Order: sequence, then C-alpha cells, then structure tokens
Amino acid sequence: MLYDIRLTLTHTYAQPAGNSRHLLRLLPQTLARQTVTVHQITAMPLPDTRHDRFDFFGTAVTALTHSDPHPDMSITMTCRVAMAQPLPWNDRSVSLGNLQTQIRNCKDLSPASPVHFLGPSYRLKPDSDIAAFAQSVTQNITGPETGVAQTIIRLGKALHDEMRFDAKATTVDTTAAQAFAQRSGVCQDFSHIMIVALRSLGIPAGYVSGYLRTLPPPGQPRLVGVDAMHAWVKAWCGKEMGWIEYDPTNATLAGTDHITVGFGRDYADVSPILGHLRSSGAPIAEQTVDVAPID
Amino acid sequence: MLPKVTPALLANYANASGGRDEMLDAQGRVKPVWAGFMSHICSLGTDELTKRFARGNQYLRDAGVLYRQYDESVSTEREWPLSHIPVILTEAEWAHIAKGLTQRANLLELVVRDLYGDNQLVADGDLPATLLAQNPAWLRPLVGVKPAARHWLNLLSFEIGRGPDNNWWVISDLIEAPSTAGFALENRMAMTRAFPNHFAEANIHRLAGFFQEFQKTLFAMRSKTDGEIAILSPGQMNQNYAEHAYIARYLGLLLVEGEDLTVQNGRAMVRTVAGPKPVTLLWNRLPGALCDPLELDPDSLLGTPGLLEALRNQNLRMVNMLGSGVLETRALMAFLPKFAPKLLGEPLAMPNIATWWCGQQSARDYVLANRNRMMIGSAFSTLPLMSSPESTAIAPQQTGLPELLNASGAQLVGQEAVTLSTTPTIENGQLVARPLSLRIFMARTTSGWQVMPGGYARVSAGHDAKAFAMQQGGKVADVWVVGEQPVQKPTLLPTAQSLRQTANRALPSRAADNLFWLGRYVERAELNMRLFRAYFARINDGTTDASALLRFLRAGPMDNTAPSKFALRFGDPLTQALRAAAKIGDRFSTDGMMALRDLVAQSDSFSSRITPPEELPREVSILLRQIAGFAGLVHENMYNSDGWRFLSLGMSLERASSMAKTLSHLTAPDAPEGALDLALEIGDSVITHHTRFSIFADPTSVLDLLALDDQNPRSIRYHISRARRHIAELPGHAENHRLTRTARQVLLLETQLATADANSLPPESLTQMTYDIWALADTLTATHLV
Repeated sequence: MLYDIRLTLTHTYAQPAGNSRHLLRLLPQTLARQTVTVHQITAMPLPDTRHDRFDFFGTAVTALTHSDPHPDMSITMTCRVAMAQPLPWNDRSVSLGNLQTQIRNCKDLSPASPVHFLGPSYRLKPDSDIAAFAQSVTQNITGPETGVAQTIIRLGKALHDEMRFDAKATTVDTTAAQAFAQRSGVCQDFSHIMIVALRSLGIPAGYVSGYLRTLPPPGQPRLVGVDAMHAWVKAWCGKEMGWIEYDPTNATLAGTDHITVGFGRDYADVSPILGHLRSSGAPIAEQTVDVAPID
Repeated sequence: MLPKVTPALLANYANASGGRDEMLDAQGRVKPVWAGFMSHICSLGTDELTKRFARGNQYLRDAGVLYRQYDESVSTEREWPLSHIPVILTEAEWAHIAKGLTQRANLLELVVRDLYGDNQLVADGDLPATLLAQNPAWLRPLVGVKPAARHWLNLLSFEIGRGPDNNWWVISDLIEAPSTAGFALENRMAMTRAFPNHFAEANIHRLAGFFQEFQKTLFAMRSKTDGEIAILSPGQMNQNYAEHAYIARYLGLLLVEGEDLTVQNGRAMVRTVAGPKPVTLLWNRLPGALCDPLELDPDSLLGTPGLLEALRNQNLRMVNMLGSGVLETRALMAFLPKFAPKLLGEPLAMPNIATWWCGQQSARDYVLANRNRMMIGSAFSTLPLMSSPESTAIAPQQTGLPELLNASGAQLVGQEAVTLSTTPTIENGQLVARPLSLRIFMARTTSGWQVMPGGYARVSAGHDAKAFAMQQGGKVADVWVVGEQPVQKPTLLPTAQSLRQTANRALPSRAADNLFWLGRYVERAELNMRLFRAYFARINDGTTDASALLRFLRAGPMDNTAPSKFALRFGDPLTQALRAAAKIGDRFSTDGMMALRDLVAQSDSFSSRITPPEELPREVSILLRQIAGFAGLVHENMYNSDGWRFLSLGMSLERASSMAKTLSHLTAPDAPEGALDLALEIGDSVITHHTRFSIFADPTSVLDLLALDDQNPRSIRYHISRARRHIAELPGHAENHRLTRTARQVLLLETQLATADANSLPPESLTQMTYDIWALADTLTATHLV
C-alpha cells in the first residue's frame, strides 16, 4: 500500500507569542515494513531556527524556534509512505514465566529492549482497578504454557468491549485511571489503559503514535480515530517473536492501515507537539489529518 | 550556659562517649591532634567561651547564612546550627581519605561514561539492565551525548563515616549539584572569628587554595571564547540558595536561574539588560531532570527549554554533566565494589556502605537471613537509608518481607546500618559525644582531582545517625586538617583572568527587574508612610474623621483604604521589597538586606500591636528615618553599576509618578482647605517652601516646588531628570544619535516639565503625567527587563 499523508496543526494564541520553541514528532519513520519516500515539514511563520534529529526511541524530532511575537502558528507535514503486508500470523510467543526469565536475563539497553517498557513511566502509574480488570479477563485463558500473544490480544479485545469511544470524554491530560473509571475516552486513553494492564501482568508494553488510513477499502467500515493522529500499543512476546502491535480502539492487530510515527513508554515520549513560549494561557489548537491511499 | 572545659569535664565525656570517638583514643586519652585546641578552650573561661561562640554566630547572621526549615506548607529561615567544636584530623588520616576518594572519583567517571555510552557494564552482565531502564535519573535524551568538557564529573562530594572497625566508609556519592562547599567556607570564617589566636598558631590547612584551584579550572574549561560562566540555581526558595549566592560572589560567577537562560541557534545565552550574551560554562545546581522542560520533566518550571540542544551541540560545558546524577542511585552501591577491579584493575580503596540489590535471588536470601541489621528501601532513591529512615519501605522485622522481596525485589535494596564514630559537641551546656559524618569536596583541576583539605561535618542530634538533618536538630561542624609543620597560606590576589571576567560582567534581566522593583516598592512604602503620618497628625490636632480634608484625603491619595488598615499599605510593599532583594542574593549587599529586614520587622510589629493614635506619627517618623537610611545606603554605598542604575530608576520613577498622582488630587480646584499644606508635608518640603515662598501655600508655589523644581529631591522634575541620565548610561543607548524609545519617552517628560508653567498645570495634565511615567516604566521593562 502507498499512502499520501498530510497533517496540519494550527495554534492560535490569545496574545502574540514570542521566544517560542517547539518539538514536533510528526514524521513517520522507516521501519521493517514501512518506507518513507518523500517527506516535508513546514511551519508558518517561518522559524528562525530548525533542527532535525532522532530521539532515544528512534522517533524523528523537529525542533523549531521563533523569536518574534506571532499571533498564530501552523505546521504542515506531508509525506508518502509505502506499507508492506505483515507476515502471516504465527504465534511464537513464550509463556509468561519464560517471558519473565528472558526479561531478567536481558542484557540489552537498545531502544527496542523490553526493559524500557516495564515499570511505571512518566504518564503511567500502576492502578489497582486496571490490574484487577487485566487479571479477570485473562485468567481463564492463561494456563502456565499459554503464549503471551494470546493474553495480549484477549486483553485488548476485552478492553475494547469494556470501553466506549467518546471524543469529548477526556483531554490529552486525562490519566489512564480516570479514563478507565469512566469507561470512555479516545485512542490515547485506550492505549494508556492497555499498557497499564499489560505491565500489571508483567508484559512489557509501549505506546505507538501514528496515522490511520482515512477512507476504508470498499465494503469495509471506516475505522475510528481517523480525524487526528492515532495511537495503539506494542507488547513484547519474547525474544523469538519480538513485539506485536495491537490497536485496542479498533480491536485489531496493526496492519497496513497503521502508519507508525514513533514508539515510547507512554504519550509523553511521543507528543506530536511540545512547546514552550512567552504567552498567556494555552493556545487554541486545531488538527487535521488526511491519509489517502494512492492506487 | 557553657561549661568551662576542664579535665574533669573531659573525663565525663570519655565515660559517655562509649564507642569509637574522634577526640579520644581507645584508652580514653585526647588524641595528640586534638590536644592543642582542647587545651586552648580549657584555658578560656565560661564567659569568654560564650563570647567566642556568640562572635562566630554573629558572623553567620551578618553574612546571611541561615537555613530554611520546611514545616508543612510554610518555610522559615532559621539560625545556622554551627557546632563550635571542630572535627580535627591528622594529615596522614586525610591523605588516606583523599586517596580512597580519588580512586572512587576516577571509577565513577568511567562508570557514568559507560552508562551513557557503550553500556558495556550491562552487556557483560555486571549491571542489571533494569537498574537503568527503570531509573528516573538515567536521562535517555543524553544517551550518546559527549560532554563538551570532555569529562562528566568535575566537582564531587562524598559523605563518609567511620565504622566500628576504624575504617572510613562511603555513605553516599553526591554527584548532582554537590552542595554546601560554600557553607564549609562560611563555617570556617565563623570559626576563625571565634578562635582567631588559635588559628594563628595551629597548623590548620586553609580552604581558600582549593577554591582558587577550582576557579582556575572553571576559567580554563570555559574554552577560549568569551562566554559567561554561570551557576544555575533553583532560586531563592531552595534551601541552598544562600550558598549559591555566596559561592557566586566568592568565585566571581554569574548567578542565574532557568528563566534567565535561553537557547538560540543551539547556544545557551543569558538574557541581560544589554541583550542575550553567550554562556559557555554552567555549574549546575538543579536536579538534572528539571533542567529542560521540553526534553526532560515537562512539569519543571525551573529549567530552560532547549538546554539539551546546547549540550548535544557541545556548545555548553556543564559541571557536572547533565545526567551524571544517575550515579547517586542507591542500588549502584551494590555493584561499584565489583566494577572497581574490572574498570580500574584494583579493589575499592575505601568501601561503601554494604548494599544488596534485591532483584537477585542470592541478594534477597542474604537480606532475609540478616534482616536484623538491614534497612530496606527503594533501589532508585539517592539518599542513604541510614540518614533518611523515612525512606525505608518496610521494617525488616515485619512479616510479609519475603513476599515483598519476591514481588518487587527489583525496586528494593537492603543496606546495612553502620554505627558511626562520635565527636564532641555542646548540648544544653554539656560536652556530649554525637555520631558524625564528613562531607568531603573534590574538584578536577588541571593537575587532577584535588580534595578540599577540611570541610563540613554533620553532627547528629541524637545517639544514632538518623538525626543528621538540620530539620531534625542536627548540627554542622568545621573540619580541620592539622599538620605538623606550618601550613602554606594561599595568596588571594586576583588573576588577570578573574579581573577581566568581573569587569565585563553582564547583568541578567531578571536580576535587574528585581532591583528595579526593589526600588519601586521601597519608594511606594515611603509615600504611604508619609500619607499615614499626615493623616494621624491631623487627627491628633483635633481634626475629625468626618472633616472635608480627611474625607478628601481618604477618597483620593489614600485610595479609600480605612486609616486603621493603612499600615498594611507600607507593610506590604516592604515585604515585597524584601522578597525582590532575596531573589538577588548575589548582588545586593548584606547591609542593605539587614536594613530591609529591620524595616519589615518594624513595620510588622507596627500593624500587629495597638498603638495609641497620638503615638502613631512619632512611630512612623522612626520608620521614615530608617527608610531614608536605606535610600542613603543605595546612593552612598552601592557601586554605580547597571544594577544600581535600575534600583535607582525604580526609586525615581515610583517617586515621580506617585508625586504626580498626589499633586493631581491635592492641587485640584475643589480640594478643601489645608490640602496644599498637606501636599507640602507629604512632599517633605514645608521648610523649603517657607524659605522660598511666602508662608502661605498657593497652588502655583506648591506645583513649582514639588513638580517643576530641578533642585528639590522631592519633585517630579528632579527624578525625571535623574531617570533621563540613568537611561542614557544603559546598554544600547549610546550607539548613535537616534534615541531609543525609552530615551525619547523620558526626554519628552523632562522637556514637558522644564517648559511647564506652574500657573497652568491643571490636575488633568498631572494625571496624564502619572500615566506617561508608568508607560515609561513599561517601555523600560520591555526593552531591558524581560
């Protein structure tokens, strides 16, 4: 599949803002089955300085600064991405016991290592209600020999059934515990809850930020979460199988419709835009995303 | 009351000290290195000793050395708890300590380089990966970054204690923002004041040389550029701010806070009144994770967005390099003894406090088997367990320990509690033996690591090591390294480099802003005192509250504040003034600070007690004399730097604008009888008016004297002219014939006043003038102070 992706972010300030610095994490990365061919990020007004690099987890980061006061700022990201089909599903995941042993003996600190995705992270603290939910929905299927991939998928499906998608129910700052208590939220909340749940079981889990195909193939329903950037979950199944990606908002494994921007321990590691500026109050932010397949 | 130190008293002490003691040997005899000092204080009587101790305390108070006590929500400043008995060590002992710690410093450098570099320690299985991956102090954005200063560590301190086996143990590694080196210096100054004669004859190693070496190193590290060297402080609410300000003054460094810095084109800059100036070396006193809200802790209000970009670009050298705080992780203590042979080819010369990381089965078993002498707490905390008992996770005797260790062992460590040696201190008039730990400072200089010969001891308030913290009544003591031979006294002559640095000193905008507001608040307080005094002087003369004059005064100049509450109208600005002054501890004289403190205390006592109305004018007059003393200090004692200019500008603009406002009320055609006399009284110009004009005030004479006169330090014109002269001297104002906006505004005001006619200066133009002066202050702020 080939996609043209276009994102616009607009920030409008109550009063002109100067001395601003923004970090953007918007650009898809090139991965095993994802190739970025053309890409461009532009900002208006033109930034005084711009610097591109990759962060610890491999996400492309663009740093922009603006000195002069400006009433608004808009960012546009356009790119073309080729997505390859995932390999046919083949569950080679290990049991939870073996997973624990592998983690204990892990001598790897590279960004893909499971050790980064275990304990609490900046946005995600353990939560007893989520842990209890994780236990209750996985205990019937989890025998000592069950591979963790089954547990992950079962948990993601159960969470999807438990939660209601509601774009108005939460904000970007809502915690996983709050969203779970009210059983509603958006992709960020679904993903955060699933990560807390997996970590409570001892399964390494991370946050994936990215884009989702806007219009479905003929005859298939439109997926939820297409109007903005999307988020899903990656979870570790042991050394042999590695990471799998699951989208709890749509109860599906990530396929050719899921285009990855970045990985992190939670939302804080992959925030699409982080800013610091001299201004009063938070900006009014607007975002539009278009992910169009090219035939 | 202090006891006279006598042989009998020492015998008592010997009985009480029990275990291992610093002053007494195993047989209970005073060690030779202590003998000189003990016989010195034995020779002084109780009265004399009391006087000596008081002299030391007086020094600390005058120098503004205090500590902050945090109780629930409030923090208060408390007297610095100096124990007047030093801890005395021989040169040989010190050399032994220095050797052990130098080895440790070299080891730590290799370790931190690996933790942010190749991660060989993890790859080889010498360090569990999770101890970094789950560690909030391991800052991922710094992985792979090479420090521009070449080394990660340049200034370290260690907390060490002597165990029952007579050996010194490292209790904690203080890597991030090692603090209190400045306090060590202050303790030493206080002790020198208390025992000047003894210092002259005892061979006590001096501390100044260490600081000079370190200063030289900083200047050398700055590279060949002209950038500033700055200390990055969390600010005045931090308990160590006084020390940051002191060390900045002592070493001639710029004291900055996160908001003073900005990053432009990948370079760190300090915002100054003359625009941004490059900073090439930052001595960091902030917890690492707070340094950059965009790449590290997003909730930090203390950091500088973009600071990491400057570090990555190698445009900024940092002491110590950001991220090295990970070395303080408690669990690392369990692994350092194994790293030493691997990385250095030799075992640790000085052991650290025995630590077991409970993520490993063998360590869990050991901790369980020896639970009675263990303390158990978080693996990632940076505090030693023995001096922070509140950080223990579980009492070792408690049931459920095995389950806890099995479930979350990776998050926990066990540490063995050590009984520490004791040292003498005076408590309730008794010489008592109390456990101590030493804090030792080391700096990397051009000739390798140097250890400060002496330093800072923490003396517990109780019998064990749990009460070291000042918050719990712990004390601090000076540490003396005493030699056999006379010691070399370092010269204190400034180097050519340090002179150049001081001459080019830039004034950070925030500091200038605080000075500007300090001036404004003090002046605001003064005017309100004068209004208050004038009001109650009328009451005492028999004028009633209901009289036209006093009603007019309340409604206009006094802004409808009830006279009984009016004392707050000068108490509050004084408190604000003190607050502004406290934020610029490195630039405002201790005399000025003391004068302000006195003023605030006086005015507080004023509003908190009931004073008979007939006493009020007299009492306010005392305050007014004090405030005049403060103004005198500013104009007579302060060096005429840019900082002084902003302080003086604040005073002048406040006085000019408030005089314009007051006159707009009191010279109005509808003002009641007596308003003009009131104006003269508030303007402190009654006598001048009598000598220059007829005895009766009319609007023209009052306006001439208080608005237009260029020789009256109470008039608007006088202060606008002064402001114009100050503004002409500010950076960026002398470049060409074109006036800046600030210069134009002030010149317009001055011209207007110079050409005005006292016969035709209506209240409306005075009101307009008030607004114009405020607008001038806004322009000044926008140009230089943000």
